[in-house]
Amino acid sequence: ITHSFLKTNRKMENLSKIATNDGHGENSPYFDGWKAYDENPYHPINNPNGVIQMGLAENQLSFDLIQEWIQKNPKASICTKEGISSFKDIAIFQDYHGLPEFRHAMAKFMGQVRGNRVTFDPNRIVMGGGATGASEILMFCLADPGDAFLVPSPSYPAFDRDLRWRTGVPLIPVPCSSANDFQLERRALEEAYKKAQQANIKVKGLILANPSNPLGTLMNQDALTTLVSFINEKNIHLVCDEIYSATIFRSPEFVSISEVIHDPNVVCNKDLIHILYSLSKDMGLPGFRVGIVYSYNDAVVACARKMSSFGLVSSQTQHLLALMLSDEEFVARFLEKNTKRLAKRHMLFTKGLEEVGISCLRSNAGLFVWMDFRRLLSEPTLEGEMKLWRIIINDVKLNVSPGSSFHCFEPGWFRVCFANMDDHTMEVAIQKIRSFVDPKNESLVK
Amino acid sequence: MAVGIEKPPVGLSRVAISQTHGENSPYFAGWKAYDENPYDEIKNPSGVIQMGLAENQVSFDLIEEYLKQHPETSTGGDHNSNFRENALFQDYHGLPSFRKALASFMGQIRVGRAKFDPDRVVLTAGATAANELLTFILADPGDALLIPTPYYPGFDRDLRWRTGVKIVPIHCNSSNNFQVTRQALEEAYNSAKAMNVRVRGVLITNPSNPLGATVQRQVLEDILDFVTKKNIHLVSDEIYSGSTFSSSEFVSVAEILEARNYREAERVHIVYSLSKDLGLPGFRVGTIYSYNDKVMTTARRMSSFSLVSSQTQQLLATMLSDKKFTENYIRTNRERLRKRYDMIIEGLKKAGIECLKGNAGLFCWMNLGPFLDKPTRESELVLWSSIVHEVKLNISPGCSCHCSEPGWFRVCFANMSEQTLEVALKRIHDFIKKQR
Repeated sequence: ITHSFLKTNRKMENLSKIATNDGHGENSPYFDGWKAYDENPYHPINNPNGVIQMGLAENQLSFDLIQEWIQKNPKASICTKEGISSFKDIAIFQDYHGLPEFRHAMAKFMGQVRGNRVTFDPNRIVMGGGATGASEILMFCLADPGDAFLVPSPSYPAFDRDLRWRTGVPLIPVPCSSANDFQLERRALEEAYKKAQQANIKVKGLILANPSNPLGTLMNQDALTTLVSFINEKNIHLVCDEIYSATIFRSPEFVSISEVIHDPNVVCNKDLIHILYSLSKDMGLPGFRVGIVYSYNDAVVACARKMSSFGLVSSQTQHLLALMLSDEEFVARFLEKNTKRLAKRHMLFTKGLEEVGISCLRSNAGLFVWMDFRRLLSEPTLEGEMKLWRIIINDVKLNVSPGSSFHCFEPGWFRVCFANMDDHTMEVAIQKIRSFVDPKNESLVK
Repeated sequence: MAVGIEKPPVGLSRVAISQTHGENSPYFAGWKAYDENPYDEIKNPSGVIQMGLAENQVSFDLIEEYLKQHPETSTGGDHNSNFRENALFQDYHGLPSFRKALASFMGQIRVGRAKFDPDRVVLTAGATAANELLTFILADPGDALLIPTPYYPGFDRDLRWRTGVKIVPIHCNSSNNFQVTRQALEEAYNSAKAMNVRVRGVLITNPSNPLGATVQRQVLEDILDFVTKKNIHLVSDEIYSGSTFSSSEFVSVAEILEARNYREAERVHIVYSLSKDLGLPGFRVGTIYSYNDKVMTTARRMSSFSLVSSQTQQLLATMLSDKKFTENYIRTNRERLRKRYDMIIEGLKKAGIECLKGNAGLFCWMNLGPFLDKPTRESELVLWSSIVHEVKLNISPGCSCHCSEPGWFRVCFANMSEQTLEVALKRIHDFIKKQR
């Protein structure tokens, strides 16, 4: 049915500023590649000339493990005959504290992901509508409209919308450079902070993803300690988005901010420390909308919990995950197999590219690589990057994400996802890149 | 733990520090009394009976029966390939099959007097998220929405807290059964103007919470004319639309619009949820149905902060597309709610208590005005305190709903067994006897 509304003579009163501004972020070129994919999606049989989606950081490698668990545990579903006796209690449950068993299972899972080097308190587990909702909740708790957050760049594009749109909190990039493999430097932090102060902008905190999106790299112990020292000195908040914490597929091992602040040698005001988490990447369940705010600040926990009313996790989903994530044996097996599969994919992909002289930033985590296409640019500028990108989408038929959409100041870098497709499609994608870069296969190693 | 350092506490935001989350209202004090001493038929027969929770527990058996007969609704059961797709599905357009089923369900509730386009259905995690989202879209910080009193206490938080938007009451009173009048609308609008506050819209709940009554057709027409004249929005929260005791007594704003050929429809937005009609508040299923394309598109984008779990969408898509099930459910649910309503009204009448004539919802609007010491808010709260702590019933005082007339209380009746309701009625009876 389509309603054909008669147009009124008088123009409808405007909507809010939030509704009419660009804060939704969808006018960014980041989405043009998606449109190209949506209009012409690759399919091995039905559409082999379509666009392969490599712009989506999804983990599709380990569903079989989860499905197997669900089939073996019918009680975890409130729809099966084994589980239906729980239906009523679960269906009514809307307490923003969340199901206790869900919080306990989540805390346990987060500990297991970190090799049980640190434990998490179930009473600090607060829900959000996916990491998207959770990160916005934290901004509402920590900053007033006009207060700013520092964001090391390159960074996740949707931070622009998630952290700023409805909150009115501007983001200040802290640029990182390829000169030292995009590592965050104290000097850059100090500079960004000083610049903000000079512009009379109040910096309330810093947010970063560790493991990094789009880099796929980790911050080591020293880097985290330096970071902690910086935020303590400035008395600003630190939000660590650890959404990729279970995607580390090679050494070095992940060091979580939770480990750093539990270190007796580290000086830190724990009221400044907040962790974001989700099951969308580690477990590949973005549809389930499981976002978590974990704060060491009691007032933030209390406030965030009230705000979680705007994005609670479906009790049906909480119930399923409570059982799944508290199954230690399953979790151990999942984490092990998942990381092995990621490692294999990563190696296959990077090797295939190396053979034609395409290098990626050395990384050991995440669902993507940070590819160096600088030598293919016609000019080392944003325009050059956009030109190359359009060729990659339209001619090579791959949706990859241009570095500029991650606020990368150096043109020529692209984020390319490798975990959201099957093996065959991966092979096809590698072949397409190789053909594009080295059409005559001159450097092909036999 | 790391060595703590002495530093002045680093500030949180103004939103975080404010009291606008509303949890210090008396509405919640009764809940605490209940939480500390909850009634249980066997284990705690002298505990506090929860009558402050507008939940629908009378029709679960129908849903459970459906699930038993349709095992294919369970996640990752026999439908292996579907699990993967479902687990990955985070498109803010929402599952097409679920949108279709929900649009159809909404039409069924209105007995076909209004039809809903699945492509206009925007999904949100509960009506809580839907109402806040609409407020972000329709109003800037400092602007106001006009809301008829008495109203749902949660609006104070949902509409104002993070948005910075104000609520200006449209005062209603018992002289005409708390119906909104044209005069009250004008007065509310003018009082906002006098405060230099820009009014962006009117928000009504139809059927009304806490009145438990549908809004009359003429009143809806008046409100629609009013918002048109002032060139502002109208939000109609129809969360209790499936809980009217008789299907013919509910008039949705959608019907009025259809009758007007959708003239001025782009200022109208409907909120719905499955928390009350289907009794599934835990599943967090809300929807915004806007006749305004820009609002619809923006709401869809903004729903990213509060999407409905794909697992839940899948389950409900199957269930709500079963027309036989939904027809039977809607009809049976109405009957059972009516039966409960009749029971409580009868019981209160025997105790000498009158209620507003209701025809919908999960509660009745009880008048204890005659039993107040003085017709004041303070007296109401004193009486309320006795009811919570001595009679051990958690009911909601009218002042928490911003009712301008003291003495009214909202009493929920659908969140307990019939036996418990009998116990509650007996307690009220004995209490009133003592008062005389």
